[in-house]
Amino acid sequence: MTDIAFPAARPRNSFFRRNRLVIMPLLFIAPAFGMFSLFVIYPIAQSIALSFIEWQGIGPKKWIGFQNYIMLFNDPVFWKSLVNNIYWLVLFLLAPVIGLFVALYLNQKVFGIRLIKSLFFFPFVVSQVVVGLVFTWFYDPAFGLIATILKPLGLQLPSILASEDWATFGVITAGLWPQTAYCMILYLTGLNSVNPEMVEAARLDGAKGWNLLVKIVLPQLRAATFIAIVVTVIGALRSFDLVAIMTEGGPYNSSNVLAFYMYDNAIFRYRVGYAAAIATILFLIMDIYIVWFLMRLLKNEKGTR
Amino acid sequence: MFPRPIQEASASRQLLYKIGLPISLVIWLLPMIAIIATAGRSLSDINYGNYWGIPSEWAFVDNFSAVFNSSPILWYLVNSVIITVPAIIGTLFLSTLAGAGLALYKFKGHFVIFAIFIAGNFVPYQILMIPVRHLTVNLGIYDTYWAVILFQMAFQTGFCTFFMRNFIAELPFELVESARSEGVSEWKILIHIIVPLVRPALAALAVLEFTFVWNDFFWPLILIQSDEIRPITLGLTTLKGQYISSFNLLAAGSLIAALPPVMMFFAMQRHFIAGLTLGASKG
Repeated sequence: MTDIAFPAARPRNSFFRRNRLVIMPLLFIAPAFGMFSLFVIYPIAQSIALSFIEWQGIGPKKWIGFQNYIMLFNDPVFWKSLVNNIYWLVLFLLAPVIGLFVALYLNQKVFGIRLIKSLFFFPFVVSQVVVGLVFTWFYDPAFGLIATILKPLGLQLPSILASEDWATFGVITAGLWPQTAYCMILYLTGLNSVNPEMVEAARLDGAKGWNLLVKIVLPQLRAATFIAIVVTVIGALRSFDLVAIMTEGGPYNSSNVLAFYMYDNAIFRYRVGYAAAIATILFLIMDIYIVWFLMRLLKNEKGTR
Repeated sequence: MFPRPIQEASASRQLLYKIGLPISLVIWLLPMIAIIATAGRSLSDINYGNYWGIPSEWAFVDNFSAVFNSSPILWYLVNSVIITVPAIIGTLFLSTLAGAGLALYKFKGHFVIFAIFIAGNFVPYQILMIPVRHLTVNLGIYDTYWAVILFQMAFQTGFCTFFMRNFIAELPFELVESARSEGVSEWKILIHIIVPLVRPALAALAVLEFTFVWNDFFWPLILIQSDEIRPITLGLTTLKGQYISSFNLLAAGSLIAALPPVMMFFAMQRHFIAGLTLGASKG
């Protein structure tokens, strides 16, 4: 009866039923993928396209091919920013190292250790704006904390953030604080799953301290190390907030980084195409790590459902 | 256990460790302690140059009420809530759907879509900046809450989909299979079987995303112009100009900005760490 009453419904319904294992995942994924495409993927393509254009943000656009890139490679500020990004990258890798040692230091069972561990993690939860403000103020040559401590010792602190030589390092130090906390928590979690029998067996064989760490424990922490390095590198390349809060790239661009230089060009100098070219370079550098991450993921995916 | 439990060490080393812990904690948290102490420092201390010494009196109440009375910080806080809450709900909704779509079905292009979500999550913000700004202008939402909400929702969906997909893939698949063989629709499987099981994952993501979106500085900077709708991170930079010589007030403002994510962290610590470290066990 129902078949006759609703002749059109059945074939449509059965097509859907037969193919639901193909259609449903697409329906599930579509909203997220749509939003992601609109706000993330399409803009990437647009930015790359913009990097070949001369444009002030409004008014006519002019196709100029690789002109922006040629200008970029002749721009000392670009090179300075790139070098600073490399400083960030290299020095930021201290975060996984220090994070590991802090984690080893805290990986004990004594009274109150849980609270201490979470307090150590605290910096990561605080906004970088706040971190930037606090450190700016530590560094102040007249009434900063560091100057105050050094004064009785007869030492005078150079004005860190106003010094062309020191500004970048001052900002990086501020960034290392929350980043180390992040790596520490990754390692603390990793240490939880280190196989105690292997450690004991190695101890019986006479392995101690450093040897035990390098040969037995670190290999078991590989997943934590991998993710710590990835997030640290990405964090270093993304460095924007602290530079914007602490120095705005100054003095004389000495603490500029690609991310901030790009923003500066797009918003304050109306060189939108040029800014897009800087962003594209930054994107290309970051792609190395993205591909690395994906390759590793693909390797791990094989063999799962 | 590595390193060797301290209880097995000599008594003097144990003592050293127990004394060392609080000392190292204080050094590590010095920036936070400084900000808290300064938020309670009186204006006269600041005027006399007593920035780091023992405060002559505590002025927490005065300072905090001064910040609330002399600046729109209350509105900055409200704005942060208005942006953060819908962004998180939207993200969780989108990523639960997408995570289930990726975890429960096998289809061509599965890994490509998954990879796009993950890769997008690592992209430098700057490459999105100009087009996203123009997109919001074209959608007519530039300089409104919606600009930041929709962008955060879309962007954070990358990471959350990765997380949800991994979480759902670990669930016992037999549940889904037997429901399917009973003729339960895929939609109902999602709502009645998957969603109740992923609640811990949703909690973890909600806490983590709260701190990410709350603490974000870049996107409000790019997408919001009006002072009235600024979130607290952006508002703090305004306060920095306003309180240029009153560090005690700026410190109080910073504390107010940091408080919600910190409280969230302490209340939901387990979830927070679960969210952060999922990637570590999966990488």
